[in-house]
Amino acid sequence: MAATHHEETHPPLDGPSSPAQVLLREPLVLHNRSYSWITERICGIIEKPQPKLWWMLFIPSVLLFSIMAYLFAYLIATGVGVWGQNHPVAWGWDITNFVFWIGIGHAGTLISAILFLTRQRWRTSVARAAEAMTIFAVMCAGLYPALHVGRVWMAWFLAPIPNSNAIWQNFKSPLLWDVFAVSTYFTVSVLFWYLGLIPDLGTIRDRCKPGIKKALYGLFALGWRGGNRQWNHYEMAYLLLAALSTPLVLSVHTIVSFDFATSVVPGWHATIFPPYFVAGAIFGGFAMVLTLMLPVREIYGLQDLLTWKHIDNMAKIILLTGTIVGYAYLSELFIAWYGGNKFELDAFMLRIKDGPYVWAYVAMMFCNVVSPQIFWFKKMRQNWFVVFLVCNFVNAGMWFERFVIIVTTLARDFVPGAWDMFHPTWVDIMTFVGSFGFFLMNFLLFLRFLPVIAIAEVKGILPQSDPHGRARDPRSITEQEVRGEPIPDGFGPAPAPATTHPIAA
Amino acid sequence: MVSVLPLLLLPLIQLPPDSAMADAPLKRTHGYLAEFGSVAELFHAAEKCRDAGFRFWDTHSPFPIHGMDDAMGIKKSILSLFVLIGGCTGATVAILLQFGTQVGLYPTVVQGKPTNLFTLPAYFPISFELTVLFSALTAVFGSFALMKLPRLNHPLFNSVNFQRVTDDGFFICIEQKDPQFHPEKTKAFLEGLGGRNIELIEDEVA
Repeated sequence: MAATHHEETHPPLDGPSSPAQVLLREPLVLHNRSYSWITERICGIIEKPQPKLWWMLFIPSVLLFSIMAYLFAYLIATGVGVWGQNHPVAWGWDITNFVFWIGIGHAGTLISAILFLTRQRWRTSVARAAEAMTIFAVMCAGLYPALHVGRVWMAWFLAPIPNSNAIWQNFKSPLLWDVFAVSTYFTVSVLFWYLGLIPDLGTIRDRCKPGIKKALYGLFALGWRGGNRQWNHYEMAYLLLAALSTPLVLSVHTIVSFDFATSVVPGWHATIFPPYFVAGAIFGGFAMVLTLMLPVREIYGLQDLLTWKHIDNMAKIILLTGTIVGYAYLSELFIAWYGGNKFELDAFMLRIKDGPYVWAYVAMMFCNVVSPQIFWFKKMRQNWFVVFLVCNFVNAGMWFERFVIIVTTLARDFVPGAWDMFHPTWVDIMTFVGSFGFFLMNFLLFLRFLPVIAIAEVKGILPQSDPHGRARDPRSITEQEVRGEPIPDGFGPAPAPATTHPIAA
Repeated sequence: MVSVLPLLLLPLIQLPPDSAMADAPLKRTHGYLAEFGSVAELFHAAEKCRDAGFRFWDTHSPFPIHGMDDAMGIKKSILSLFVLIGGCTGATVAILLQFGTQVGLYPTVVQGKPTNLFTLPAYFPISFELTVLFSALTAVFGSFALMKLPRLNHPLFNSVNFQRVTDDGFFICIEQKDPQFHPEKTKAFLEGLGGRNIELIEDEVA
């Protein structure tokens, strides 16, 4: 309460030299955009024909998805032998990809839940797309464990149903925890996403001409009317889901890390795994959010809604979590030496110096720890190409991290006689590439049919949405507006800096 | 007595459609809808509606307005209580599922871990996940119930102007079922609050 009061009554501004101005925050929506501009711009993405680039990405991603679907059918018909894993590396690319994809999902929940609870208002512009990314990434992730069981028709053994001998699942197994964690995570993410979509589906419904489209959007909007007696419960539901998702997202990657940490394999059996995995997941997920949103912002002209401030904030989170991950890597090495366990020390020496997969460790270190350090410099955080490049380094680095943890550890266990290499087959490689097609196809369909930015939430953070009529932040008035010039990439000249709705004038 | 019996068939007889009746379907007043120019106007009008003692009325806006619950005199949502109950149900289901099967139905000792006080932590993850799952399902479907959604047809959708509520329109609707509702006085009251485009919202009765 005290915080909001302070926000509402900041001192009047005298001029550019006023110390109060320095304390003002950068506006989250540039050029003093009106409510209808925001509606028009975001719904325009759905209503206008998609740009050529959309089709240029959509067609290959559907093809890649079909390849993946074919390869899964091939796997089911033939057996897991078509993948490269063999003794001793029984978990190869399948679990590497599973952990990679599930980790990517975590940034979406972090943005939608944790940043909501901590009242980070900038989250509104990125939350919707990040949540969509979460859902699609978890869909990609879920495929791998379901298929790596080999006899897929036996996958129902994972469900809490007794088998034909009346034996129940082993509820003490981390692998079963994983089933519960990932399925809960997927369900809650979908619910959270859908709840947020309801008011925006209403917006699209009200803009459609009568027809099948209007009927379908109307059906999913559930008859939303924006009444405050509805918002009252809606906001409570949103808050509660945020409060539930926050520990949930931390638990999911914690439980994924238990798959490794509760074993006795050197290199896996470490108490640092849960926080290390969670930080890594958020790190990799934010990189994927930026990888997707940087082009979306340019293609659809969302520069006023997804500003450099948003990109800057996310780059800072990547820097922070990347550094935490780097700390975890070093701390693992330190404990391997300090812990006095010969097998543990050997496992890490093989990883960093003597083993056959040193190149993977070096790639991981460079991509995850070294490359984000460039974000210490504001100039670099404000450079489109640098941010995009570093995010793709991180995407690759996080895959290498999981490869290093899973494959290099299994390839070198206690008995040197059992050591062997892992070689991915063409099925492994094309399945992984195909899962990117599946992910991208889903994301492109999302761009085509659903509002990519949460319209209602962004309207709620505009200065004119404050019922106490706070004046517009003078720093948001650009020189172009003062001169009355057209705003680049806008629908015409800047509107007068009014704080009220046009019909009130 | 028997001669009265054919009268029972009367309701089955279909009368030829009355053209005057078909042109003008029976309508029932739903309430008055007034538009306001800005968040601040809507907020102050809501405070006055609350002070005037209306009970069946609502403000409609494209986004939730900070402090509007107080301005309207609405209490905190009861949803959190529902979710508490949902979460407790989830925890109970998880405990019954795990201990019921591992202690009662078919105890299995895997990895040298029987079910006892020392292996309790192994049951926490699933208990936690199911608690969250049941709570989240309660939060979403409980909020639908409290919001009285889905409701695809509503008298307010008869207003063309009301379509702007999901874009940039701010509205107050005072319903006819409010004890203080009066065809002229309520309209004048909304005008006095600064409401524009005041419309009588009617509901078609089949």
